[in-house]
Amino acid sequence: MSEVILEIRHLSKTFGTNVVLRDIDFEVRKGDVISIIGASGSGKSTLLRCTNFLETPTSGQIIYHGKDLTASRIDEAAYRARVGMVFQSFNLFNNMTVLQNCMTGQIRVLKKKKEEAEAEARKYLEHVGMLPYINAKPRQLSGGQKQRVAIARALAMGPEILLFDEPTSALDPEMVGEVLAVMKDLAASGMTMMVVTHEMAFARDISSQVVFMKDGVICEQGSPDQIFKNPQRSETKDFLSRFMNS
Amino acid sequence: MTSSLPTDYWGRVVYLASHYAGSFLNGAWKTIAIAVVGTAAGCIIGFLVGIIQTIPVSPKDPWYKKAVLKIVRLILNVYVEVFRGTPMMVQAMFIYFGALQYTSLKLSMWSAAFLIVSINTGAYMAETVRGGILSIDIGQTEGAKAIGMSHFQTMLYVIFPQALRNIIPQIGNNLIINLKDSSVLSVIGTIELFYVAKQNAGTYYWYFEAMTIAMILYLIMTLTASRLLRWWEKKLDGPANYDLATTDTLAFTSGLVEYPADADDHFAERNKEGGEER
Ligand SMILES: Nc1ncnc2c1ncn2[C@@H]1O[C@H](COP(=O)(O)OP(=O)(O)O)[C@@H](O)[C@H]1O
Ligand SMILES: [Mg+2]
Repeated sequence: MSEVILEIRHLSKTFGTNVVLRDIDFEVRKGDVISIIGASGSGKSTLLRCTNFLETPTSGQIIYHGKDLTASRIDEAAYRARVGMVFQSFNLFNNMTVLQNCMTGQIRVLKKKKEEAEAEARKYLEHVGMLPYINAKPRQLSGGQKQRVAIARALAMGPEILLFDEPTSALDPEMVGEVLAVMKDLAASGMTMMVVTHEMAFARDISSQVVFMKDGVICEQGSPDQIFKNPQRSETKDFLSRFMNS
Repeated sequence: MTSSLPTDYWGRVVYLASHYAGSFLNGAWKTIAIAVVGTAAGCIIGFLVGIIQTIPVSPKDPWYKKAVLKIVRLILNVYVEVFRGTPMMVQAMFIYFGALQYTSLKLSMWSAAFLIVSINTGAYMAETVRGGILSIDIGQTEGAKAIGMSHFQTMLYVIFPQALRNIIPQIGNNLIINLKDSSVLSVIGTIELFYVAKQNAGTYYWYFEAMTIAMILYLIMTLTASRLLRWWEKKLDGPANYDLATTDTLAFTSGLVEYPADADDHFAERNKEGGEER
């Protein structure tokens, strides 16, 4: 088994009196592709956002390479630079071109030289097939193109883990494929990923592990085969049958 | 000399314009200086106040940070309300004569003029900047945080340029208002365009004629200002089309990619709702 990068231990999150996550417990190993599935409102996004401290966990631990990040005041920004995130709504910087979007983090956060940052940005833009569009502004791109640039932007930071929050949910159906193809390539190249998704085929065929969430708890988790072919919990069966038939 | 004075309206206008050209232009120049410096300084004040008003406080922050921020914000709110809620003419006399009589501050008439326009504009810009920052989608902040940018970097490189673009029309508004409203500074003896127009009018009691010239000069200044601002906006927006980079050996169909005008619409809409008329 490969090295453990991230451990989530007894993680809970409440908004006011609303308990959104309860005692979430799992670990991420190098090269894992963990798909997180579950109904809308089950806490999937909140789990990802707690993982990179866009939300502050209410209790529990997030342990990164053996270091408990919740124990002390840590440099959240430095940690986030190591954990990339791809959002449902892309969140590309509207004031920058495609190339600048992929360079700014390297220059400002990683303090790389401009030439080096540009070479790196071009490399990842080529990976995602967006190199011809380096001079475009986000508003001039289609949803699928934006999401591919967003993936390149995250990759250009050289992250150890990539978090995806429903990366294809805001896309027109004909654009879902181009983004999933990029994600499949990434998974094949050994990138460690946590993917919140409603693309069951992706979860089944690409992931090393599937986590099914319901009402803020992990209801069931296991290999894709276990979850999709032989689910143990009735909630998982219900969810999957509803999803597969709709 | 008086024997050759013109007796018709246009004749008098031309006479004043040619004989007092230096005086009018000097007045116009002072008006421009007050408006441009006042607007620029006002924008800087507005940006600083707007940024302080939008610093996020998280429950984890230490109590003294929260306390200091709260007090500073209270003071800034009072500043904004006072200067937006009183006429600039009254502010001018209040500050100029107040400083003259009750403080050791030797405020010259010119520094008083610049000061008053700056802090007055600052009060308006503070609200505009705050609105401009808050109007930027939270996704932009999250995108920046997610690649490890600090709050300061996020503001500087991501939020601020977008907010600035959105508030240029308001900056333009303020510049135009300052070009016009600096005329109220004549009450503290600031020798700007209105002051010299009045002075020159008084020489022959040709008020209508002198004000005709003042009207024309003010109009030239405000029209030029709005043209310049529009040019700046265009420049910040960059080209409406982008070149496909065709460095690949694979033959891309090169050329411009046309994009419909919708790219600019979202700014246009923002500006409409963002505008608080002064
Ligand atoms: N910032 C917030 N404040 C209050 N409630 C929130 C906030 N973010 C999410 N929630 C609530 O948390 C629950 C889980 O949300 P979310 O994690 O977005 O679910 P999912 O991504 O699985 O659809 C929902 O009930 C949602 O209303
Ligand atoms: Mg979600």
